[in-house]
Amino acid sequence: MREKRFDAVRFVFKPAVFLLCLIPLGLLVYNFFTDNLSANPISDITNETGTWTLRFLVVTLSITPVRKMTGWSSLQRFRRMVGLFAFLYVSLHFATYIYLDKFFDWPEVVKDVGKRPFITVGFTAFVLLTPLAATSFDSVMKWMGGKRWRMLHRLVYACATLGVIHYLWLVKADTQRPLMYGAFVAVLLGYRLWVYVRNKAAKARRQSAQNAVVPNSELFPRLSNK
Amino acid sequence: MAAAFVASGAVAPGRLLAHSQDRWSRGRKGPYDTDEEVNTFKEITTYNNFYEFGTDKSDPAEYSQSFKTSPWTVSVEGEVKHPTVYNLEDLLKPYNMEDRIYRHRCVEGWSMVIPWHGFPMADLIRRLEPTSRAKYVEFTTLLDPSQMPGQKRSYLDWPYREGLRMDEAMNPLAFVAVGLYGKALPNQNGAPLRSVIPWKYGFKCCKSIVRIRFVRTQPATTWNEAAPNEYGFYSNVNPEVDHPRWSQKTERRIGEFFKRKTLMFNGYADQVASMYTGMDLRKYF
Repeated sequence: MREKRFDAVRFVFKPAVFLLCLIPLGLLVYNFFTDNLSANPISDITNETGTWTLRFLVVTLSITPVRKMTGWSSLQRFRRMVGLFAFLYVSLHFATYIYLDKFFDWPEVVKDVGKRPFITVGFTAFVLLTPLAATSFDSVMKWMGGKRWRMLHRLVYACATLGVIHYLWLVKADTQRPLMYGAFVAVLLGYRLWVYVRNKAAKARRQSAQNAVVPNSELFPRLSNK
Repeated sequence: MAAAFVASGAVAPGRLLAHSQDRWSRGRKGPYDTDEEVNTFKEITTYNNFYEFGTDKSDPAEYSQSFKTSPWTVSVEGEVKHPTVYNLEDLLKPYNMEDRIYRHRCVEGWSMVIPWHGFPMADLIRRLEPTSRAKYVEFTTLLDPSQMPGQKRSYLDWPYREGLRMDEAMNPLAFVAVGLYGKALPNQNGAPLRSVIPWKYGFKCCKSIVRIRFVRTQPATTWNEAAPNEYGFYSNVNPEVDHPRWSQKTERRIGEFFKRKTLMFNGYADQVASMYTGMDLRKYF
């Protein structure tokens, strides 16, 4: 029997990327305890965890297009991990809001979510991300079946869009950064739309080609009967 | 730096030692001073909104270090007896500088306690002799994109303009600051001179002032023009009137963990509320 090849993705690259994804959190914690954040560290924690959520969502959405363009199929094996890091950072973001901004004043939180459009949108994105994280196990994926699982996980498109809107609606005047994330998300979702439309058109062409064959045989029955 | 000279020249010599101190050492308490703990010099000078130097809180401290505050002129215009362009030194010469420890509440929901150094705005205005037709006063910040990198981008309509009703400008709390912590005003805090209006949200203060114009009608102001439904001309601190996008009921005092309740007129109701009697503060937010 052939010896099993060393799985570099599993034993080297995935652990490396895992550690890489923890660096923003590590830096935040380190800077917090060494007093290297701004004079308003709670605001910094809120902003940083939010920004990193958007970044991880953009990276997650980039994996499939980049894999298709480069043909490097191993990339797909990082998608779940990066996606789950987006969920880690959004959870920290949400926890910061609940604890350090609202101090578990739930009635205030409910009012905020209902009344402030940027919080409504951000909260919705967080809620929509939760089932994606919950169904990220192999066993759940198997139980759901690939088709349904993929359908559910298209929610990430909505999450990324809502995340950008959340950012755009909270800034005071300078929309440059939210628009930059918006551009990334627009390109990545636009790519998927383009692929979808192209596939649909190809399918329609195939079908009309097939349809065209049938009437031909009907038009000239004698030719085929001969 | 002339501004440093001007400001420090008026400071009691002992005060200059405040340089080495992290916390402000209080002198005799003035009638308008708050007893609350003063924020550190570092907090006051590294966490700033001064969009002329960028929109991050750290940008002003980072990008204002080579900002030139000398020579500096202030043009006094409009409904005034003698429209004049003053050299900063001449404009400041007549005043006895004093410290004022004020609360400062940002519209974003954070606050600080700052020991300003300067003189009452009313003293300045009296000396400039506005005519009886002057109903409002407008302040304008320097426009110089070569020194103020934020002005190279158009997220606000430069130059920054702010305004006050005449009685507001004459209120004993309205202040012109040329320093803080007993030394010349750091560039990131609006050097060489800025207005301080402690019962209003911070953006109502105008930094690095180059023009003071007395006018008959309410002047157009920068944030009000940028988002009229969010930033009113008055912008008095008011916990009952939310910003359309966030609550103004509470604030985070820089350096504190828990949030504080925001006070009406930022705690200065006794001195200023009478100016607004009969006004619907929801309408004139």
